[in-house]
Amino acid sequence: MEIKGVGVTMSTSIEPTTTVDARGATCPGPLMDLIGAIRDGESGDVVRLLSDAEQSRTDVPEWVEEAGNTLHEIEEHDDYTAFYVEKA
Amino acid sequence: MTDDIVIIGGGTGGAVLANDLAERLDDEIDAGEVRVRLLNDGPDHVYKPVWLYVPFGKREPADGRRPLRELIDNRIEIEDTRVTEIDTDAKQLQTTTDATPIGYDHLVVGTGSTLASDEVPGLQEGGHDFYSEDGSLALREELLSFTEGHLVLSVIGSPHMCPAAPLEFSFMTDDWFRKRGLREDIEITYTYPIQRVHGNAQIAEWARPLLEERDITIETFFNAESVEPDEGVLTSMEGTELDYDLLVAIPPHRGVDIIEDAGLGDRGWVDVDKHTLEAEHAEDVYALGDAAATGVPKAGSVAHYQAGTIGQRLASEVRGQVPTAAYDGKTICFIETGMDSASFVEFDYQNPPSPIAPSQSIHWSKLAYNESYWLTARGLI
Ligand SMILES: Cc1cc2nc3c(=O)[nH]c(=O)nc-3n(C[C@H](O)[C@H](O)[C@H](O)COP(=O)(O)OP(=O)(O)OC[C@H]3O[C@@H](n4cnc5c(N)ncnc54)[C@H](O)[C@@H]3O)c2cc1C
Repeated sequence: MEIKGVGVTMSTSIEPTTTVDARGATCPGPLMDLIGAIRDGESGDVVRLLSDAEQSRTDVPEWVEEAGNTLHEIEEHDDYTAFYVEKA
Repeated sequence: MTDDIVIIGGGTGGAVLANDLAERLDDEIDAGEVRVRLLNDGPDHVYKPVWLYVPFGKREPADGRRPLRELIDNRIEIEDTRVTEIDTDAKQLQTTTDATPIGYDHLVVGTGSTLASDEVPGLQEGGHDFYSEDGSLALREELLSFTEGHLVLSVIGSPHMCPAAPLEFSFMTDDWFRKRGLREDIEITYTYPIQRVHGNAQIAEWARPLLEERDITIETFFNAESVEPDEGVLTSMEGTELDYDLLVAIPPHRGVDIIEDAGLGDRGWVDVDKHTLEAEHAEDVYALGDAAATGVPKAGSVAHYQAGTIGQRLASEVRGQVPTAAYDGKTICFIETGMDSASFVEFDYQNPPSPIAPSQSIHWSKLAYNESYWLTARGLI
């Protein structure tokens, strides 16, 4: 899937403020974990979400856009994906 | 040498497990080889599903309370105490009543969920809930005299107890107001944090048309950020504002602090292997029910099935055998779809749910299940 304006990379230089490891969680676990971290964070914080749930690839970008936050990067790893989300 | 098994929490999981062990290990307990202790912070066992019916005046909180001593086999030692610290290295517990720590060989954590309404500013003052005894009574005060206006049911916390309950409450209020000829004057809105109306895709697909048929307004991608009690406004992180006259919230949930303090998992949920239910960060510790982070719903049926798995595993362990019993993710759930109809789902790690067509007979089954719960807690069914 292609997400407009978002870099899909193998590695990134963005420094996350926090990392949420939701690997192993089934949907909607990873998205809810991300929402929780954004809720707890400050404006400008970058949350790195690690997920191996297929659905996160659509859920996460959809929610980030809906909530007006910024998805900077999607980093592909062998068995999981990392999403870099900045709180608005 | 005696094997000391200690269970923290005398809720659904802890009670069913205690009775399971009494039966399974009866010879060992009688011979003094095994000692089972159940620690609960109160003398009563509380059956929470009753609270769904309290706001409608159909049940009293007292219907969901029984003294633990009446439900638990006499061979189990029950202590009315609160555990304040778990030391998994020394394998001992601090409590509010014992001066010396309580040691264990095998620990089972069944401490359940607590509500964390304070995580959303204004929610405690502006919102109601049916997820606590006090909350369901306060909501009854409002609901029985509610005859017009906007009722908002907002699912804020996830994970939360009984994922079906917010849908049930919405269907029940719709039906209840309709039967009383008030529905025209009452608007009902249902909000959910993600893009579906329920965390589980199959249940969401089944529930959405039912909500639409009943003119229940749906707001998805709605994560409540704050409540203005004076103005009656609920605002989401996504920037949506809802005016309400009666706000019924499913508050954020947490487990108890001792779990995080002991390094067993975040927010009070114990990280476990989802099949063996063994804690990932400590030896000889199991968790069950709401306290176990397995990814399956926080439901009494889950706690019940998990108790069977842990009972078998502990029996193997005290007999020096390799434990092989595993939890398969089994969950069953009745879903009220009105005041006198209900559906039913059953699923596990492999098989997704497929809700069956609502009927009156399933509603009666749910009520019968609630009545017979006291036999379940006793370990009889
Ligand atoms: C409104 C509502 C409706 C529901 N409906 C259903 C339903 O229809 N079907 C269904 O399957 N489930 C339902 N549930 C969910 C169900 O009630 C819970 O999932 C179930 O009670 C979990 O069992 P448990 O043993 O994990 O925890 P609990 O039953 O919550 O028990 C935990 C126990 O641990 C004790 N405790 C906690 N900390 C300590 C400590 N530090 N020291 C000592 N004791 C401690 C608590 O006091 C409590 O007694 C419903 C829940 C609610 C709120």
